[in-house]
Amino acid sequence: MKLTTPLTDNTIEQLHAGDKVSITGTIYVGRDAAHKRLVAALEAGEPLPFDPTGQIIYYMGPAPAKPGDPIGSAGPTTSYRMDPYTPTMLEAGLKGMIGKGNRSMPVREAMKKYKAVYLAATGGAGALIAKSIKRATVIAYDDLGAEALRRLEVEDFPAIVVNDIYGGDAYEDGLKQFNRE
Amino acid sequence: MVFSEGKIMREIQTDLITESVARLCIEGNYYLGEDVLTALRRFREAETSPVGREVLDQILENAEIARNEQMPLCQDCGLAVVFLELGQDAHITGGDLNEAIAEGVRQGYQDGYLRKSMVDPPFSSRINTKDNTPPVIHTTIVPGDRLKIIVAPKGGGSENMSQIGMLKPADGPQGVIDFVVESVRRAGANPCPPIIVGVGIGGSAEKTMWLAKHSLLREVGQPSPDPEVSEMEAEILERVNRIGIGPQGFGGLTTALAVHVETFPCHIASMPVAVNIQCHSARHKEVLL
Repeated sequence: MKLTTPLTDNTIEQLHAGDKVSITGTIYVGRDAAHKRLVAALEAGEPLPFDPTGQIIYYMGPAPAKPGDPIGSAGPTTSYRMDPYTPTMLEAGLKGMIGKGNRSMPVREAMKKYKAVYLAATGGAGALIAKSIKRATVIAYDDLGAEALRRLEVEDFPAIVVNDIYGGDAYEDGLKQFNRE
Repeated sequence: MVFSEGKIMREIQTDLITESVARLCIEGNYYLGEDVLTALRRFREAETSPVGREVLDQILENAEIARNEQMPLCQDCGLAVVFLELGQDAHITGGDLNEAIAEGVRQGYQDGYLRKSMVDPPFSSRINTKDNTPPVIHTTIVPGDRLKIIVAPKGGGSENMSQIGMLKPADGPQGVIDFVVESVRRAGANPCPPIIVGVGIGGSAEKTMWLAKHSLLREVGQPSPDPEVSEMEAEILERVNRIGIGPQGFGGLTTALAVHVETFPCHIASMPVAVNIQCHSARHKEVLL
């Protein structure tokens, strides 16, 4: 299924765990240190460097771009480290997250409550994924280096739905199907 | 030239060490080893999960792109782990050995457009050191007059899944196997499967983790020369791949490409076991000076 950002509730309702998606449009990039600052700003009632309403955050810290390239290698980082910050981000309007690996139950509950999805990209395929990133701009927290907050323009960015709003989990489904113990 | 008991000691210049480390950091990050590629292709053929096969194809294609376009395989270019095997008859000249290695890391990560991932202090402000230093250096003194340098960049996602268990001697081999299998199960999709499972058994708490990490330097899937150990490696691999985690955790037969075990004698009261997981971006390059 092709997705264009920003995401609407209508789109979110159509997504199910295990669906393959291809994303085109603007997405935002932030990982550990950026999340700490974003959530601190929300808790202090301060404005964020971008409006998260309907947006996707990609958990990623790119390798430096070579001259002439928009970005270096750019695959997902492990998502559970963002779990403590995620319900607050979803409450603020975030609709999608891209990372890799399992999420906590409170995060999965918050996804149901605020209607958001969690997607996975292939970890360790950073050179391949960089092909779908056409532009990258640092929009805040430049001092964090690889962890700065970025805005990307992506075309046909490949991902798989892990958690949907119906409680589905692609990792659990995979285990159920292939466990031979 | 230095004389010791009438022998001329072989000199190794720190400049050469720096230059070598810089090159190994870049090559390690750009070129996935032929052993890893072969294992990935073999498991790709046997994988029955369609999404699993697709993920393995993406990983193989990624390695080709990285090689052709001279860019890192993964944006996580790792903490620079450096193993040194320093011949006791070699003489390092031109400066501080550890600083020469750090300078190599600094240059390699800068010139190779590799991500700098080190922060300090680790528990509070976590400010990026901006040049991926310091490296973690493990030095072993060995016979001879050569210096072997192995650079093994290690990603944070898989390193975070490390486990150590101080088992009871009564737990026996089954206890060790169960501990490793449970560590892999707990790690799930997080360490970027398919993985290589490094296992240390014996020694002390820190020695056993060193063994687990060191075992990852072996060619992927090459069995231990000790038949009892290689039998255990095969049994753990079989058990791990029955869990069903699969490529990237989406389910499948390919959770681990290999299990490597290294052992060391231990105290009568102990049976330490360590698990150090390596993601499919199993990077290490070496040089003998």
